[in-house]
Amino acid sequence: MTVPPGINFAGQHRIGGLVLFDADIELPGGQWTCLLGRSGVGKSTILRLILDLETGGQFAGSITATDGAGLAGRISYMAQSDLLLPWLSVIENVCIGARLRGEKPDTTRAADLLARVGLSEHTHNKPNTLSGGMRQRAALARTLFEDRPVVFLDEPFSALDAGTRADMQELAAEVLHGRTVLLVTHDPSEATRLAHQIIIMSAQDAQAWPVPDTLPPRSIDDAQTLACQIRLLAHMRGIAA
Amino acid sequence: MRGRDILIAVLVGLALWQTTVLLTDAPHFILPSPWRVAQAAFHSRAIIAENAWVTTVEVLLGLTLGTVLGAATAIHLALSKTAERLMLPLLVFTQAVPVFALAPLLTLWFGYGMGSKIVMTVIIIYFPVASAFHDGLTRIDRGYHDLSVSMGAGKYHFMRHVRIPSALPSLGTGLRLSAVYAPIGAVIGEWVGASKGLGYLMLLANGRAKIDLMFASLIVLACLTVALHIAVGRLADWLSDYARGVRHP
Repeated sequence: MTVPPGINFAGQHRIGGLVLFDADIELPGGQWTCLLGRSGVGKSTILRLILDLETGGQFAGSITATDGAGLAGRISYMAQSDLLLPWLSVIENVCIGARLRGEKPDTTRAADLLARVGLSEHTHNKPNTLSGGMRQRAALARTLFEDRPVVFLDEPFSALDAGTRADMQELAAEVLHGRTVLLVTHDPSEATRLAHQIIIMSAQDAQAWPVPDTLPPRSIDDAQTLACQIRLLAHMRGIAA
Repeated sequence: MRGRDILIAVLVGLALWQTTVLLTDAPHFILPSPWRVAQAAFHSRAIIAENAWVTTVEVLLGLTLGTVLGAATAIHLALSKTAERLMLPLLVFTQAVPVFALAPLLTLWFGYGMGSKIVMTVIIIYFPVASAFHDGLTRIDRGYHDLSVSMGAGKYHFMRHVRIPSALPSLGTGLRLSAVYAPIGAVIGEWVGASKGLGYLMLLANGRAKIDLMFASLIVLACLTVALHIAVGRLADWLSDYARGVRHP
């Protein structure tokens, strides 16, 4: 894969005349950026603005890719809800992007991706037969099927139990390696494990937070990771208060 | 609705009817007993069956055409904001006109045959189907919409692969309503002007003081409506189950 582009985001977002945030963020190409901040500060709004989705507000600023090309068609998206279509089988869900673009789906590649996320045995099952973790793995396979250089993850693991969440974090880090990833999360542990760069958002600005020297994904019991996580949590609690 | 429940309801209804006949001592040309009606139904089974067939065809054709037109309208409105803005108020306004009042006009335009009854049925069920399905098509999960936009979906493909399947339970709701309204449309059409059908037979029997035959026709009509309600209910359940991924198509 060629080096994926980074993204520069700078500007002010207003809702009903009130400033929601004023942020200047750089997402380095080929790296994971984790975006944290209290609820309602506009983390998901940044993601939606870059994806060119409806936000219900007015944005004044610029969103550019570091390679100068447009961002349309180069970002895939995974939300908190798995958004699997209940009436389709797992493999049909993985291929849905191709169908929605009127293309012939490559089911061989979809099956390979399902094998990669450990769902080979559930290829033709309906989503309602899968557990929460399996559903998110299917959603991850669907995200990979899009084969885009940039991937946006909006709290995709937040509804999972702790063990499944840790498994999913490692799987996502492995399969999305080398892509430009923006992960919106509330979880300091998740951010310190996965991020090359952590950004903490507030209404006033977006500040970088120092990450451990080691490369992600970091081990849960790594001393530096734990220390970073504790400091980050304390900082987040200070912000919330 | 289970078979046992239906049987109990029928028996209770017959018991109430027979009790009323006994208590009021009404003459048979005012309120015939269930047994007398059963006898009339048996003796006139050929003429009842012939007219019931006509009404059934009118109802089924009206239901099918009305559903196709209503669903097509709903899809068109959901695809085009302009069409939605212009046509939706018009559709609601047309519902302010009592459809039954149109029956004489429809008979004038489409004749005394099946045509006017089918059109009447179509008009009656068109709005419930269009309205319920349109509601389902426009109340789509925002997440599906966002995901589709990020995938570069075309609006027609998004409609076909996401919006229509997710709105099938709403279409089922519209169909359930239609199953109740459709026989009303056909029978009212027959009352206004027809030479066949259960509505026609009821009027004919009433005019000749054959109240037992009128009751027999009425009961056959009720049975047809219940059968239609059950069949359409099963179809609606299947649509809902399909959308939830419970059963295979």
